[in-house]
Amino acid sequence: MLHLIPPTYEQLRRTFTWDRARRDLSGLPDGRGLNIAHEAVDRHVGAGLGHRAALRCVDEDGVVTTTTYEQLRRETNRFANVLADLGVERGDRVMTLLGRQQEQYVAALGTLKHGAVFSPLFSSFGPEPIRERLRISGARVLVTTPFLYRRKVAALLADLPSLEYVLVVGEPPDEHTLSLTAEMALASDDYEIAPTDPEDPALLHFTSGTTGRPKGAVHVHEAVVAHHATAELALDLRPGDVFWCTADPGWVTGTSYGIIAPLTHGATLISYAGEFDARAWYQLLEAQHVNVWYTAPTALRMLMKYGAGAARAHDLSTLRHIASVGEALNPEVVTWGTQAYGRPIHDNWWQTETGAIMVSNYAGMEIRPGSMGRPMPGVEAAVLVRGENGRARVVDDRVTVAGPGVTGELALRTGWPSMFRGYLGEEERYRACFADGWYLSGDLARVDEDGYFWFVGRADDVIKSAGHLIGPFEVETALMEHPAVVEAGVIGKPDAVAGELVKAFVTLRPGFEPDDALRRDLLAFGRHRLGGLAPKEIDFDQHLPHTSSGKVMRRLLKARELGLPEGDISTLENAP
Amino acid sequence: MPDPTTLTDDQAREAVTAALLRIVPDADLDEVGDDGALRAELELDSLDFLGFVEQLSASTGARIDEDDYPALRTMRSCIAFLTR
Repeated sequence: MLHLIPPTYEQLRRTFTWDRARRDLSGLPDGRGLNIAHEAVDRHVGAGLGHRAALRCVDEDGVVTTTTYEQLRRETNRFANVLADLGVERGDRVMTLLGRQQEQYVAALGTLKHGAVFSPLFSSFGPEPIRERLRISGARVLVTTPFLYRRKVAALLADLPSLEYVLVVGEPPDEHTLSLTAEMALASDDYEIAPTDPEDPALLHFTSGTTGRPKGAVHVHEAVVAHHATAELALDLRPGDVFWCTADPGWVTGTSYGIIAPLTHGATLISYAGEFDARAWYQLLEAQHVNVWYTAPTALRMLMKYGAGAARAHDLSTLRHIASVGEALNPEVVTWGTQAYGRPIHDNWWQTETGAIMVSNYAGMEIRPGSMGRPMPGVEAAVLVRGENGRARVVDDRVTVAGPGVTGELALRTGWPSMFRGYLGEEERYRACFADGWYLSGDLARVDEDGYFWFVGRADDVIKSAGHLIGPFEVETALMEHPAVVEAGVIGKPDAVAGELVKAFVTLRPGFEPDDALRRDLLAFGRHRLGGLAPKEIDFDQHLPHTSSGKVMRRLLKARELGLPEGDISTLENAP
Repeated sequence: MPDPTTLTDDQAREAVTAALLRIVPDADLDEVGDDGALRAELELDSLDFLGFVEQLSASTGARIDEDDYPALRTMRSCIAFLTR
């Protein structure tokens, strides 16, 4: 018997190149380029794996619907033909507002086959975030369900002139919608993917900044090279594995690793329609014989409350690798994971803009609990010395790499395949993300003597709640539409389970009383507008602190909330 | 704080309603009905649900373990759980 010793991290860093990683993919036949959907679906059917389960959708009652690679090939062909029949062209945006259901996967991969750009929306968004993202993307097509359409989309249509078609799963609820089910039934299951340049846009994921509207990060088909390689190296994913990524496809993790990467490896991906529930999750891990599980700190902290005994009461012997992303995983959880699951939890770090895992604890590598790990082979990461504004200091277009132990801005040398290629329609904001050949992440970190990276915090005011990046500006803008609110400041309040909770401080217009009734009204207003982005707590504050340029000082609000010294307030003015 | 062992159906309903309204202040519980799935109908995310459980536990004195969460699916099942 031949024993192959897997290469060590150091060996991989020396030998790995993205060019070589590209060769693990097949490319479109006859040198017609590189298309994510071909790598994820068609090539496996061509290799005789059509009978293998590509997708197992588990509904809330535990009922499983399996889709083989061959079925997925036909369904995605049908979807691509539906788009073609509607006149959707290459580069057009197709958005989805769906739960974790088969149609989400078919729409994603069918859109990519057709050369259009797939852009998923998180189904827990309220109407405001949905409207904003549909408008910025200029999507021509939205795929949703009758329930979500009625609840969140119908009232927005008048504001969305570029949205031409709303396809719904099942029966169309009104004359503005078409039945996806009916269109699919009429469409041919034969479709040839057109030549696709690796640099053709493929995915559009929205993310939040400190100021301004959400940014649409554009990724290209070549990103699949990074999806594929990182899933193997950082998630230990192997062909034929059963893989469960608990993230919703509405967030970048749920697309890069919840749809694309497991399929490019010929794995079977699990999609669970239900919300977090400890017992249901363990039952699913056991019943589906999950080998690789990719989840988030918030979920792990909830499971930790549930106790190690509950985990050990289930047969999780098929589980080989556990990884976590979303925010830094606290050391206690890593330690607890080893007790509960008998294997370590591998933290990793990346962002919407990076498209794939960039820093990670690898299988077989010593884990330092609390550290995000070391850079992916093929990725150069560094901590840059900060300037006065807290971000990387740039002098004459030059940055300075910080030494071990120094907190600075985490940066990546540009040029990896899944690097975003732009913010849709916002060249200026895109360019501001780079300096001196580095992508500046906006995250603060330090690196230790052995090259392990440690997350410190955000360099800006963006909130990280339950692994989701939430822009305070978007929340403030929505609250200010309430007639009682003249101004709002929104911060992330530290929370033991979610990392941070969205908390708003609002200043009332004269004539409004800061009482419980109004507080409840504002909470309800926030939930209606924003859905899952809504503040969980609202305080009244008639004296929000401002900078000399008139912006709300969120940092100071946060310092007050935490009872910390407020620091130098010389740049502040009293509110008018 | 009422003794959980002596909670009537009406008291339990009142406690559940109050706890839900803390999270979703304008929740229309009549529309959800006694058998509607609370998490789905009121769009409670997992943090909202935790807040609901904590609130309910504090107001009724009932000990609510993670294992009991499935019993909190609907208004009817919540009442049954609290008056068991």
